[in-house]
Amino acid sequence: MKIDNVPIDLLLKNMLAATGTVFRIFFLTILFSVPLGFLVALARRSRFKIISIPTRIYQLIFRGTPLMLQLFFFMYAPFYIFGNGFERFTACIIAFVINYAAYFGEIFRGGIAAIPKGQYEAAKILGYNRFQTFMRIILPQVVKNVIPATGNEFMTLVKDTALAQVISVKEIFDVASKAGSKYFSVVPIIVAALFYLIMNTVVEFVFKLIEKKFDYYRV
Amino acid sequence: MLVNAQNIKKKFDKLHVLEDISLEVNEGEVVSVIGPSGSGKSTLLRCLTQLERVDSGRIEIDGQVMVDTVDGKAVYADANTLHEIQLKVGLVFQNFNLFPHYSVLKNITDPQMIVLKRSKEEAVKIAMELLGKMNLADKCNSYPCELSGGQQQRIAIARALALNPKILFFDEPTSALDPELTGEILKVIRDLAKENMTMVIVTHEMAFAKEVSDRVIFMDKGVIIEQGTPSEIFDNSVNQRTKEFLSRLNSYIS
Repeated sequence: MKIDNVPIDLLLKNMLAATGTVFRIFFLTILFSVPLGFLVALARRSRFKIISIPTRIYQLIFRGTPLMLQLFFFMYAPFYIFGNGFERFTACIIAFVINYAAYFGEIFRGGIAAIPKGQYEAAKILGYNRFQTFMRIILPQVVKNVIPATGNEFMTLVKDTALAQVISVKEIFDVASKAGSKYFSVVPIIVAALFYLIMNTVVEFVFKLIEKKFDYYRV
Repeated sequence: MLVNAQNIKKKFDKLHVLEDISLEVNEGEVVSVIGPSGSGKSTLLRCLTQLERVDSGRIEIDGQVMVDTVDGKAVYADANTLHEIQLKVGLVFQNFNLFPHYSVLKNITDPQMIVLKRSKEEAVKIAMELLGKMNLADKCNSYPCELSGGQQQRIAIARALALNPKILFFDEPTSALDPELTGEILKVIRDLAKENMTMVIVTHEMAFAKEVSDRVIFMDKGVIIEQGTPSEIFDNSVNQRTKEFLSRLNSYIS
């Protein structure tokens, strides 16, 4: 079947294969950048400047420069410096993880800072040690605090996977733009838009569910 | 003597909040601390409950030394001793500080299970007894956000009592409450006094302090101006600053 000269079944087949790549980027990035972001948040809160200041500089660099540039950097810089680099997909994951960990670090730091001092004080008076206080009293409330901002970040990540095409990772946008110029049609771009929209509808729905699950209490 | 604090000094930056305070509290005694805001009442409580560290002085709780001064500097006991001392004191905050993500019951059982390693059955039994005493047994499955300030404060008191502290400190327990809700908290404190609970209460409720206390301490600008029985302080004080403070309060009320 063809629409506007575009062989739709072939396009969909290629797009579905590219969707697999998008899923891999998405889930691998989440898998590594969320825990890493958590460590970044703790490092930023450290009272030792030797830990907190370099962490802040790292966040500034990766939040302050384009992700596209970072993708290029991790793809090509190792070749120039060491004469040997990462595989395309690996370079892509490294760039995404390091970039998103910087953002998650900031979100989680804000989530921790939003917990009133009185919660720590009550826990101390009752005899909880620092680890128990953090795990039982602080962290569950932080999770609730950061859900909306984290959902936002997840949706952005779905869309940011399109940037991987600059280092020729075959994701949805890469397939769509190539088909678009090959058949001289806007249809592939519209189909790609639907793919992203469907994925983010799922993300949005899941986060609404999670938010609801944490709705049993207010502060 | 449950609390024996000698020559406590505490400053924030350059501001001297506590200037050479000494305070003794005996078992079963109810002591009220009154004074204008900024006089250091809350800081005193926070130093006695380890929320703040003193700069110098000596504090002994139930015979255990929390801090002593060596060569002009405060030296605190080791972590184990501090933890033991921590368990002997309870503190009720002005703004309750319940754990919002825990149900009422879990607010009271969790510290018992985590800190005192009580079994769940025992912790629940103790919690329900205390909730019954506070007339809140029917609220055990509610969350703090669903309750009034007065109810939340009674739960905070139950949570503190569940750990069997030797002494209970109150930091302005009714200041965050609507006037019509202060009565229910004052009644709970009154009942505890009848059971000979040792308590130190920082409060602005003068009538209540007069009624419930064995001893009243008047503080101003980081020092104890005078202390004595309620009638000595409220009715027969000869101290100029005490009289000024009390008459200023009276003029607001009338």
